Amino acid sequence: MALSRVSSSSPSILLKPLSSYLSLRRRSVSSSSTDPLTVETSLPFTAHRCDEPSRAVETSAAELLSFFRDMALMRRMEIAADSLYKAKLIRGFCHLYDGQEAVAVGMEAAITRKDCIITAYRDHCTFLSRGGTLLEVFAELMGRRDGCSKGKGGSMHFYRKEGGFYGGHGIVGAQVPLGCGLAFAQKYCKDENVTFSLYGDGAANQGQLFEALNISALWDLPSILVCENNHYGMGTAEWRAAKSPAYYKRGDYVPGLKVDGMDALAVKQACKFAKEFALKNGPIILEMDTYRYHGHSMSDPGSTYRTRDEISGVRQERDPIERVRKLLLSHEISTEKELKDTEKEVRKEVDEAIAKAKESQMPDPSDLFKNVYVKGLGVEARGADRKEVIATLP
Amino acid sequence: MSTKFGRLVSLVCKRGFSISTSVQKGASEQGVKSLNLCSAINQALQIALDSDPRSYVFGEDVSFGGVFRCTAGLADQFGKKRVFNTPLCEQGIVGFGIGLAAMGNRAIAEIQFADYIFPAFDQIVNEAAKFRYRSGNQFNCGGLTIRTPYGAVGHGGHYHSQSPEAFFCHVPGIKVVIPRSPRQAKGLLLSCIRDPNPIVFFEPKWLYRLAVEEVPEDDYMLPLSEAEVIREGSDITLVGWGAQLSIMKEACLDAEKEGISCELIDLKTLIPWDKETVEASVNKTGRLLVSHEAPITGGFGAEVSASIVERCFSRLEAPVARVCGLDTPFPLVFEPFYMPTKNKILDAIKSTVKY
Repeated sequence: MALSRVSSSSPSILLKPLSSYLSLRRRSVSSSSTDPLTVETSLPFTAHRCDEPSRAVETSAAELLSFFRDMALMRRMEIAADSLYKAKLIRGFCHLYDGQEAVAVGMEAAITRKDCIITAYRDHCTFLSRGGTLLEVFAELMGRRDGCSKGKGGSMHFYRKEGGFYGGHGIVGAQVPLGCGLAFAQKYCKDENVTFSLYGDGAANQGQLFEALNISALWDLPSILVCENNHYGMGTAEWRAAKSPAYYKRGDYVPGLKVDGMDALAVKQACKFAKEFALKNGPIILEMDTYRYHGHSMSDPGSTYRTRDEISGVRQERDPIERVRKLLLSHEISTEKELKDTEKEVRKEVDEAIAKAKESQMPDPSDLFKNVYVKGLGVEARGADRKEVIATLP
Repeated sequence: MSTKFGRLVSLVCKRGFSISTSVQKGASEQGVKSLNLCSAINQALQIALDSDPRSYVFGEDVSFGGVFRCTAGLADQFGKKRVFNTPLCEQGIVGFGIGLAAMGNRAIAEIQFADYIFPAFDQIVNEAAKFRYRSGNQFNCGGLTIRTPYGAVGHGGHYHSQSPEAFFCHVPGIKVVIPRSPRQAKGLLLSCIRDPNPIVFFEPKWLYRLAVEEVPEDDYMLPLSEAEVIREGSDITLVGWGAQLSIMKEACLDAEKEGISCELIDLKTLIPWDKETVEASVNKTGRLLVSHEAPITGGFGAEVSASIVERCFSRLEAPVARVCGLDTPFPLVFEPFYMPTKNKILDAIKSTVKY
C-alpha cells in the first residue's frame, strides 16, 4: 500500500496479502468474517529508543469493513459540519478532522474504553470513535440540548465519560499534562489501563508538553503522548516552527515511534504496541504522520500556505479511506458496489442525524448558570431583547 | 548602512523612549483616510517599524498577516528579520519579547487571542512587570508591547471571546490600554509602542471590520492615562472602554429620548487610570455607571466604583451601578444573555437616576 512512497513497486503487488499469513480462501469470505488476516503496513515504523513493532498487522475482514464504514462516516460527518457552518447553523469555532480519520479508528481498534483518550479541539471524530452518536455530534455543534455536552460546549468541547473520552480542550497543548494525571490515577489503581494524550505538531512546541514528558517519565506513568502531525500548526508549516520536526524523538529520554498515520492498520499496530510498552516501561511518544484536508479552522481556507497540488496529491496517494477500500477490493472482501452502498448508507445516516439535531431544543436559559460551581451563584439575567424571558436560577 | 544608523540616532534623540512626544489631534498635512480598526492597527505597526529600525513584530502567523490580517504586508515591506512567525508558544513569545526589549529594542508581540494569553501570564506578571523594580532600574523591558484581540464577536464561544483585562490591572509595572475606534487605536498603539513601560494592548476584535472612521495618515500619538469625555451630560456619568463604548453610546441616545442627560467617558488606559477626569465628571453629575464585558466580580468596574466612592462619597446621589458580563464562563449559545446589552444599561441608567 505504499502507493506514493514506493513508486517503483506496483501497488497491486503490495496490496496483496502476504501469502504465508493468508488463511482464507478467496471469495468464500463472508463479509462478517472475523477469521484472522494479516496485512503488512505500507511503511516501516521508525523507532527511537525502543524496538519497532512488526509490520505484519493482524486484522480481519470484519475489522477492515468496520474501518471503512467508520472512516466514511467520519468523513461525511465533517463535510456536513462544513456545510452547516457555512449555513450559520454552527457558530463558534470549528476544526475539522477529515484526512486524519485513520488515527481515530486505528487507535480505537487497539485499546478498550477503559483506556483514556484526551485531545485538543479537533475532537469530533475521536468522540465518534469512543462510542458517541451522530445526533450528539450535530446537536452539540448547533448548541442544542441533545448534544454530548448539553449544547454548552460546541465544536471544541466534546466529552464522553462512559467512553473514557476526556475531551475536547480549547487551549493548544493544555490537555497533555492533564493526561499525566489520568495516567497516574490509572497506575495507582493498578488496573492495567493507559492514557492517550493527543496533540498536534503545533502544540509540540508548547512548554507544557515537556513538563508533561518529564512527569510521565519520572513517575513511569502509563502515558502515551500521541503527536498527530498534520504538518501545519494553524498556518505555519512544521519546519517553520520546529527546529526538529522529528516529533517522535522530541522526548529525548522518552522512547518514540513514528507511524504512518494515514494507515489505520499501522495506527492500530502502533497503539497496541504502545499500550503494552507503556504498562511495562512508562511513557512513549507516537508520532502519527497524517494530513488535514480542511484548513485549520473554518476561517482558514487552508490554501494560502500550501498548494492545492499538495492537498490533491495526498488525497490521491495517501487517503486513509481509499487505502482500506483498496484492501477490501484486493482481498475480495467487498465489491465496489457494496462499498458505494455503504457510503450511501452513511450519507443517509448523517442526513437523518442532522434533521433530528435540528429538532432538538436549545438548552434552557437557566442552564447558563448551571455547572459553574456545584450549586448556582444566585445570579439572573435576561437576553438582549426585553421580550426574552428572564433566566431563572436552577 | 551609516545613513541608516544616522537616522536611527536622530530618531532616538528626537523620541528617546519618548515621554515628551508631541501629541497631534485631528487632521494633518497628509490628510485623513477612512479606515477600519484592523487597517488602523496595520498602519500604526507600519509606522512603528518604519520610524524605528529597532522595532520588531512577531507572533503566531503574523508574517502571513495574522488571523485577523492586522499585520498584512508588513513582512514584505520590512523583511522576515523584523516581522516573523513564532511557534505556538505564548509563554515563549512573551519571554522572548522581554529579552528583546531589555536590549533596547521595541518588541511588539502578538498573542493571537486574549484567551490564549494565560500561558504567558507568568512572564507578564513576574518577569515583565517587575524587571525594572527588582533590578534597581538597571534593566527594563519598557519596549515591550503585547497586542491581543479581546472580547465577544457574537459567536466566539468559550475560548475566543473573553475579556481578561482585569487580571492585568492587578499588576503594578505594566500598563493596560484598550482603544475604542480606528483613530484611537492607531494613536494609542503608537504611544504604547514608544512608551518606556511594558504594555498589554487589548484590541476590540468585534470592531476590526465594523468600526470605520477618518484616521489621520501621519504619525501621531494619543496620550496614555488620559480619559476622554466623549459625550457631555449632566445627570449621570458612564465609564467604559473598548468595544463596550459603542453599546453605551446607544444607551445614552435612548436615555436622552427619555430626558436623561448622560456623560460618557472612555477610560482608554486602565492602569494607571485617569481618576481625575472621572472624579470631576461624577462631582458634576452625582451618579456613576460602569460597564464592561468581563464578569462583574473582580472586574475593573469594581476598582472604578470603589475609587469614586472614596473620592465622591458625599456627592453621590445613588449607588454606583455596574452593568457587566455575568459571573459565568463566557457562554456559547447564551452570549446574548451574558452580554451587558444596551437595554440592561438603559435600565440601570433609569434606576440610578430615579434612585
